[in-house]
Amino acid sequence: MIRFIIKRLLVTIPTILVVISITWGLIKLAPGNFYSGEKRLPPTIEQNIRAKYGLDKPWYQQYGKMLWQIVGHLDFGTSLKYEGQSVNSIIARSLPVSAAVGLLAYLLALVVGITAGSIAALKQNSKWDYASMTLAMLGISLPNFVLGPILVLVFSLTLYWLPPSRWDGFFSRNIILPVVTLSAIYIAYIARLTRAGMLEVLRSDYIRTARAKGLSEKDVVIKHALRGGLMPVVSYTGPALAFLLTGTVVVEKIFALPGLGNYFIQASLNRDEPLIIGIVAFIAITLLLMNLLVDIAYAFLDPRVRY
Amino acid sequence: MDENSLKQASESGVVEPALNPLGTPTEAVAEPDPDTISLGPEMAIAEGDVRSAEQTQFVQGTSLWKDAWRRLLKNKLALFGLIVVVLVTLASIFGPTLIKMTWGFTPDYVPTDKPALVKSFPPFTGPDGKFSWTHPMGTDNLGRDQLARVLQGGQISLFVGIISTLVSLLIGVSYGAIAGYLGGRIDSLMMRLVDVLYSLPYVILVIVLLSMFRSQTPRGQLTLLFVAIGSVSWLTMARIVRGQVLSLKNQEFVLAARATGVTAPRIIFRHLVPNTLGPVVVYATLTIPQIMLTEAFLSFLGFGVQPPLASWGSLAADGVQNIAIFPWQLIFPGVTMALTLFSLNFLGDGLRDALDPQMRRV
Repeated sequence: MIRFIIKRLLVTIPTILVVISITWGLIKLAPGNFYSGEKRLPPTIEQNIRAKYGLDKPWYQQYGKMLWQIVGHLDFGTSLKYEGQSVNSIIARSLPVSAAVGLLAYLLALVVGITAGSIAALKQNSKWDYASMTLAMLGISLPNFVLGPILVLVFSLTLYWLPPSRWDGFFSRNIILPVVTLSAIYIAYIARLTRAGMLEVLRSDYIRTARAKGLSEKDVVIKHALRGGLMPVVSYTGPALAFLLTGTVVVEKIFALPGLGNYFIQASLNRDEPLIIGIVAFIAITLLLMNLLVDIAYAFLDPRVRY
Repeated sequence: MDENSLKQASESGVVEPALNPLGTPTEAVAEPDPDTISLGPEMAIAEGDVRSAEQTQFVQGTSLWKDAWRRLLKNKLALFGLIVVVLVTLASIFGPTLIKMTWGFTPDYVPTDKPALVKSFPPFTGPDGKFSWTHPMGTDNLGRDQLARVLQGGQISLFVGIISTLVSLLIGVSYGAIAGYLGGRIDSLMMRLVDVLYSLPYVILVIVLLSMFRSQTPRGQLTLLFVAIGSVSWLTMARIVRGQVLSLKNQEFVLAARATGVTAPRIIFRHLVPNTLGPVVVYATLTIPQIMLTEAFLSFLGFGVQPPLASWGSLAADGVQNIAIFPWQLIFPGVTMALTLFSLNFLGDGLRDALDPQMRRV
């Protein structure tokens, strides 16, 4: 187990370096630059800007300096558009917003998805089964940028129940609509995965044994079937986190939340190079570490898994 | 849906000639031609052989594809999906032309005759506020017909979905087949690369790529979109094909091909790849909606399709701006898109059940 973790960490570090290098390479290879807009700058000013940001040095020196800053000092530099703000401080400020929305959405998805999926599996081919699976397919097919505005239209602009947008702290009603919008697709996926996993487990021998020894249906389902049936859901956590990160981008834009995704979109549109590299690297690190955690959790949950 | 597929799964094992609904020629095979077997008593055993050979041939007569087609037609949801997909595709291709022939305007026609303050009208409403058939989905901010724009957006969305899927198919199938066939160290190296790429936040990288190399022409941006999406969505395809090739490459027909001196590339692409077609088709069908969703997501954020071209994603992005006053500007492109994705997903699920009953349900 320890060996497995060390091995995975050893793969993770070069992967993160690859991500940073790809992002840096894309930015450097792209035509144009961040400082000149439509108008051409006078040559002296351009020269000064290039000297200030170290752009007059050869590419390998720029690359080495950037990498050393990130790896050696965990410092992503200063944002070009948000004057005087370090990338680290922007990430530190926006991360809690994204994390709160994302985690709440995932929690909601787990609760609703597992419940719906289990009911569908236990009452296979019933009305409940068909209804929840059709709804799940709808959830997968309805893009969140369509669902979000429709929810706003219904709950904010017609019924006046919930505020349509803006961030107002973690414990405000503003967080409800973004969380529901973001969770819809995970509810759908988790319900489908739970149903498939449960159907397989419910037919297995150990469930028959549990029933044969006279356990109540409740105990069979909760203590035995769910544990095995939820393995696909656990392994979905990794991909889900990746989707969650891209999902928050849209949701933060729709609901005007000051999260990581919104800053990333702004940075990409503004060509704010240090901020782009910082956010991409941060997301990659989070994703890879989360994947590692999921794999470790998997080994604990399923005794058959050995690394 | 599942009752159906279970039934189909149990049927798929044996195909009974008598139940064949597709009407494969029965008479020709059922009665052996008397001329061919009147060759003397020592041929009596051979006669039986001929019969059984012909009978096996008959059973094989329902090919994988015919069989799958029959099972697909039985699956009501998949059939619904197929019909909707075909209708939406036809409407997207011919719709704008038909609208031009009927009412005489193109998707980008901006009415200039009456300079009105508000140019966006609800569905089935004319500029005078009365009922009219001219704009069944209403008009947008500039007074352009929403139906024509949704159909034209459908062209782009479906086009991106199909072309990017083909790009990912090309890369994924070649990569997976080569890795699987070569095996050994090369295989593990190639698949380790796939594992690494798998764990990357690729949509984020695609956004960086699209925003940095933002093309000046809409057509250029569209090409960039194909390349960007296609080049990151081949990973699962590569894994599926590799798995298939691994299980196929030790079979006799590959050995026979190798023994007769067929070169490795030819074995891979002429002998192995055609045999992986079933799972590949299924996965490709399920990739199209995913890619269309990615395209819509990128266009919604402003990184994808650029005006004057429009896709369902960029139409929805325009609609969101005016959601409070002109909700139909979002609802029509959004619902059309959701319906299409819904149908494509059901079609893909149905194809999976039909082509490979054992691979059901994920």
